[in-house]
Amino acid sequence: MIRAGYARPRADQLYAPPHCRALAGTGTVRTVVMEPVVHFRGAICLLERFPALAGVDLDVAAGEVVLLQGPNGAGKTTLLRACAGLVPVITGTARVLGHDLTVDRRSVRRQVGMLGHSTGLYDDLTVADNVRFWARSAGAGLAEAEAALTRLGLDGRLRDVAVARLSSGQRRRTSLAAMIARRPLLWLLDEPHATLDQAGRDLVDGLIADAVAAGATVLFASHELDRANAVAHRSVTVAGGIVQDGCTASGAAGRPAAPPVSAHAPLGNVANVP
Amino acid sequence: MFRDAALVAGKDLRLEWRSRVTTNQVMPFAVLVLVLFAFALDPDRRILVEATPGLFWLAVLFSALLAIQRAFVVESIDGVRDGLRLSGLDPAGIFLGKAAGIAVHLLALELVLGAGVAVFYGAHLGSPVLLVLTCLAATTGLASAGSLYGVLAAGLRVRETILPLLLLPVVAPVLIGATQAFEAGFRGTPADGWRWFGLLAVFALMYTIIGLFAFDPLLEEA
Amino acid sequence: MTPDPTRSSLAGRGAPAGTSGFWRADPSGTGSRGSRVIGTLALVGLAVLALFALVLSPSDAGPNASVNEFGEMVRILYVHVPVAIICFLAFAVTAFASAMVLWRKTEFWDLLAAASAEVGVVFTVLTLITGSLWGHVAWGTWWEWDARLTSTALLLVLFVGYLALRRAITDPQVRARRAAIAGLIAFADVPIVHFSVDWWRSLHQPATITRFDPTIDGIELFTLMLGMVVFLTTYVWLMIHRFRLQYVQARLDDRGLDVALEERRAEASAALATTAGIRQ
Repeated sequence: MIRAGYARPRADQLYAPPHCRALAGTGTVRTVVMEPVVHFRGAICLLERFPALAGVDLDVAAGEVVLLQGPNGAGKTTLLRACAGLVPVITGTARVLGHDLTVDRRSVRRQVGMLGHSTGLYDDLTVADNVRFWARSAGAGLAEAEAALTRLGLDGRLRDVAVARLSSGQRRRTSLAAMIARRPLLWLLDEPHATLDQAGRDLVDGLIADAVAAGATVLFASHELDRANAVAHRSVTVAGGIVQDGCTASGAAGRPAAPPVSAHAPLGNVANVP
Repeated sequence: MFRDAALVAGKDLRLEWRSRVTTNQVMPFAVLVLVLFAFALDPDRRILVEATPGLFWLAVLFSALLAIQRAFVVESIDGVRDGLRLSGLDPAGIFLGKAAGIAVHLLALELVLGAGVAVFYGAHLGSPVLLVLTCLAATTGLASAGSLYGVLAAGLRVRETILPLLLLPVVAPVLIGATQAFEAGFRGTPADGWRWFGLLAVFALMYTIIGLFAFDPLLEEA
Repeated sequence: MTPDPTRSSLAGRGAPAGTSGFWRADPSGTGSRGSRVIGTLALVGLAVLALFALVLSPSDAGPNASVNEFGEMVRILYVHVPVAIICFLAFAVTAFASAMVLWRKTEFWDLLAAASAEVGVVFTVLTLITGSLWGHVAWGTWWEWDARLTSTALLLVLFVGYLALRRAITDPQVRARRAAIAGLIAFADVPIVHFSVDWWRSLHQPATITRFDPTIDGIELFTLMLGMVVFLTTYVWLMIHRFRLQYVQARLDDRGLDVALEERRAEASAALATTAGIRQ
């Protein structure tokens, strides 16, 4: 459906944002004029008045696979949802796939695909019904839906089984099928390996590799560090609503901390939130 | 927008086809309400016959509450709401699709109730044109207003109790208008009833237009 | 474009909570010199109104009596009519403020809508009580399904539903947006309710009896006008206090947010220090 011609960057062509460039060695990094797929600076997101993201700095280049690790409650899920444009970003800079999320967070949604903790499926419909509906609602055709079902191994007996009767691993596969049928440019996966068996986990790794080969970018959160690190190009740590090592080069040391929000400035910014 | 509406309505009808909740639960409930009215009012048929239009529409209203709750409980499953927002479907289209789905269920319900009323209360249908058009207009109004309040309530934890409180006062004019139109229709004096039909049509039009605009902000921010 | 937190919307540009000036609220409460003046005016006005309505204006008997000769009980109307008008005014204010919330997106309009709805409920209940009293006098029953009373009762339920919705949502931004939409949808229903109920009752009751004789003049007219002014003042006074109370509550919630932000950051550095310590 919607495909941009992103070429997979070679190792010596990794895009380095300006302040990281200063820290990188001279001569070994050639910057390519290519906007990062995800660009966050000091982004704050509130969930019912609780600061789930308290000033996130993150850069993800096109074609990268980035692992988000961190303790529970750190804000990984919120970060993924913010990238999808589902959670309003109150202050800071947030650009995903060229769209400014503080101004308009709707237009980016069609181009991302999200796999959350919940299945996002209609329990009473069958596997095929669900994948077809979600594919067609994103503008993809039935052919892509069928291809997705085949890729995920769901086009045999399981096609016409109601989702409510599937195991959680099979539901995860169905959610994955619904997502890949849309051919998103940015994949946001929240613990994709959870509830899947060995074969399923290998399948997910294969899907991620295929996606990157086709030009997509993948951002995923996981607690399975061994498997995840094998798949990811790099990993960042999320804790307490901020991200460490957010930019490409080894940049934690010496980076200025996100500016603290003034205690006197009320934070109810909604005028500019779409 | 219409393509999206057709997709969503089709999904809802397919959901109903697979789960049969409306046919197995809401329709029997509607018939049960008719029976309970007969218990509550004098079994003397005269009273029931006189009150038939009102009782019919009351039964429709209460069943509509169930149908609307069902339509939006389905969308409140964790992740489905996010999925709808991410899908890029036009929110106005989603509104039309949901309202259309609910309207189809209500129309089927009214058919069954009409048969029930004819059997249990011995009602005689005077001028069917007025009756049918009244049903269409009233159902459209109920479905539109119901979809609006359904999505409003769907994001709340107290959705089951707050939906009736919000929706019923707003559709009270539909109850009044449809009952009066039905009375005129049963009596065979449709001239009185067309004024009420006009009111119902205005209500339906107004709430459909409001829904097209208001559904989008209500779908956000679960 | 980064929104500027200091000039943010929904962060209140409503009644200022400073300590000096005619309109500023006293830090120990929601009163101020301005509101005290208004409150005193309202009290004095109520006393004067009582004098006029209960004593000085003539009762509906004798040579100038109206067709139905209500006697002393006509005095109820001096309360009923102004209160009814204020209740509709409160509803209109809520609807207008809801529209402004959706347009301007500032907290001021949201608080105004909520305050007006609450005060409006009070006035609507008063309208129904005085209307019911009047009905008891006029028709001998405590409730009559005439067009006006029925519409007012429906209005009350719409108000109550609006307030119930506000209570069901905790996040202030979400609450402002949803309550505003709900308020406007309910307001759009009002003309339809009015017409439907009117037509419905006119089938059975040719004219409502709550109409006052249109040729009132002199002291009766004056008392009625006085009643309007006094109840309007009471409405304004109640609104000021309710509004300020909500404003203060919102500021308290904001301060809680800044504290939460600091705590979250502290948790972050603690967690990172731990992982750094583990790595070494």
